[in-house]
Amino acid sequence: MLQVNNLEAVYNDIILVLRGISLDVPDGSIIAFLGSNGAGKSTTLTAISGLLDYEDGEIMKGTIEFDGHAIHKMDPQEIVRLGITQVPEGRRVFGELTVDENIRVGAHTRRDGKAEVEQDYNMVLGYFPVLRDRLKLQAGFCSGGEQQMMVIGRALMARPSLMMLDEPSLGLAPILMSEIFEIIKRINREEKVSILLVEQNALMALAVSEYGYIMENGRIVLDGPSKKLMENEDVKEFYLGIKEGEERKSFAEVKHYKRRKRWLS
Amino acid sequence: MGFQILIQLIITGLAWGSIYACIALGFVLIFKSTDIFNFAQPELMMFGAYIAFTLITTLKLPFVLGFFCALILMVLIGSLLEMMVVRPMIGEPVLAVIMVTLGLANVLRGLTGLFWGYEELQFPSPFPEEPLIIFGAAINQAEIYTILATAILLVIFFLFFKYSGAGISMRATAEDTRTAFLMGINVKGVFTASWAIASLVATIAGVFLASFTFLEPIMGHVGLKALPAIILGGLDSVHGAIIGGLIIGVTENLAGFYLEDYLGSGINEITAYVIVLIVMMIRPYGLFGTKEIERV
Ligand SMILES: Nc1ncnc2c1ncn2[C@@H]1O[C@H](COP(=O)(O)OP(=O)(O)OP(=O)(O)O)[C@@H](O)[C@H]1O
Ligand SMILES: [Mg+2]
Repeated sequence: MLQVNNLEAVYNDIILVLRGISLDVPDGSIIAFLGSNGAGKSTTLTAISGLLDYEDGEIMKGTIEFDGHAIHKMDPQEIVRLGITQVPEGRRVFGELTVDENIRVGAHTRRDGKAEVEQDYNMVLGYFPVLRDRLKLQAGFCSGGEQQMMVIGRALMARPSLMMLDEPSLGLAPILMSEIFEIIKRINREEKVSILLVEQNALMALAVSEYGYIMENGRIVLDGPSKKLMENEDVKEFYLGIKEGEERKSFAEVKHYKRRKRWLS
Repeated sequence: MGFQILIQLIITGLAWGSIYACIALGFVLIFKSTDIFNFAQPELMMFGAYIAFTLITTLKLPFVLGFFCALILMVLIGSLLEMMVVRPMIGEPVLAVIMVTLGLANVLRGLTGLFWGYEELQFPSPFPEEPLIIFGAAINQAEIYTILATAILLVIFFLFFKYSGAGISMRATAEDTRTAFLMGINVKGVFTASWAIASLVATIAGVFLASFTFLEPIMGHVGLKALPAIILGGLDSVHGAIIGGLIIGVTENLAGFYLEDYLGSGINEITAYVIVLIVMMIRPYGLFGTKEIERV
């Protein structure tokens, strides 16, 4: 359904951030999109959402196609209407709005009836029942976990066919993390929403996804079925922090990783 | 006697305060959604009042109809100004944008002088001349209507921003433009709408102000009192702007009357700034503002 082909993007006319990346999100799938800090993952999502322009960036080359539409020249509003929503990095709740308003604002582009919107509103509260007691509270006062649920709910309200999540586990306690991942899996299955999942927590992301891409320095350096990636020695070492005969990587090996990375790219 | 004067002073103060509040509200609406400080806001008020004047006196429309048409015209003018003059400036340095709105203020004032002349004009006030007697105090009816109209307007705004989808989208955009884009909110539309609404409020303020004073191209100078109102309330707070406007309207009237003998006439002109200075010392970001706002 989503195909990114050879995308090149710059910021401020000079900083080349995406150096020709291609990726594919098939209908109904969960795709993991991994890579270290500054690799260009968020930039890729920004480009797909049509917001590079706003960030003073530009697509230089390549195309983004969604359900047969070339969307890389569309504005953000049209892209949301076509069925792509994003849960941005750092959650970005509207802190001055109530939880209720935050969720509803996601339905902004909907043109189908009130009844359908109401039905989806209840669907969201079904996935995140803790939000029920918070509806009238200002979103800024909610906990990190509640905010993460709120923004996933907000994105669901647009009735997307593709939801892109940018590091949903950021800053959450491990137990909450697994809960959120469980819900993402359920949303994918029950609501037939394809998921593009950007994560630092590679282990979790690979565990829930079918296929994964690994990005370094603006390029896709490795991709494959998630099971295979999890068994890959380099991935184990660099992203999962597991090395043969050892439990965790040490700082010395992180340096080693730099050397090895050249091989990867 | 003292009591009646007090009532008179407070009501006159509230009427002027309502005008300040409306101008301040326009400033804040535009600032919150677009991060632009529109120095032409008082001139929009003046221009709206002149348009209403022409519709009512030259075209002989009944007052209510003329007023209504002026509102529609000013909404269009405000929207066009946003699309053609202000939008190309988005992302430009703050100072450049300030110069543009200052320039706009001068252009509007110049045009008004050109078309209508610089001398004072008598606005056809629709309100009865004879004063209303409240607790023995004689009150100018135009002032009462000004206060009522502003109160109704504010209630409508409150309901709009609290409950309507468009109002919620505008608040969301004001808070976080980038995320508003991600939600599929028509951000450009919100920017235009903020100018349209600010022009609407400005016109209402202008017509009421003119009906208890008179029309002149420099009537926008009352905007100088709206600035302290905003600083008092906090640059990014809608209810702060309103409360700030009312506080300044009432205190300057009271000070003008009770302190004049001790501090000389003209005390009412500076009261606003004295209040602001005191508040700034205690709360640098205004009574209701948030801390991180930059001051321009
Ligand atoms: N608005 C911007 N203007 C200029 N450069 C930017 C901008 N946003 C990001 N960059 C740069 O682009 C590169 C890629 O950033 P991006 O945010 O896409 O990385 P990321 O993979 O999402 O990293 P992280 O895991 O830390 O979120 C970085 O070097 C970053 O400094
Ligand atoms: Mg990122």
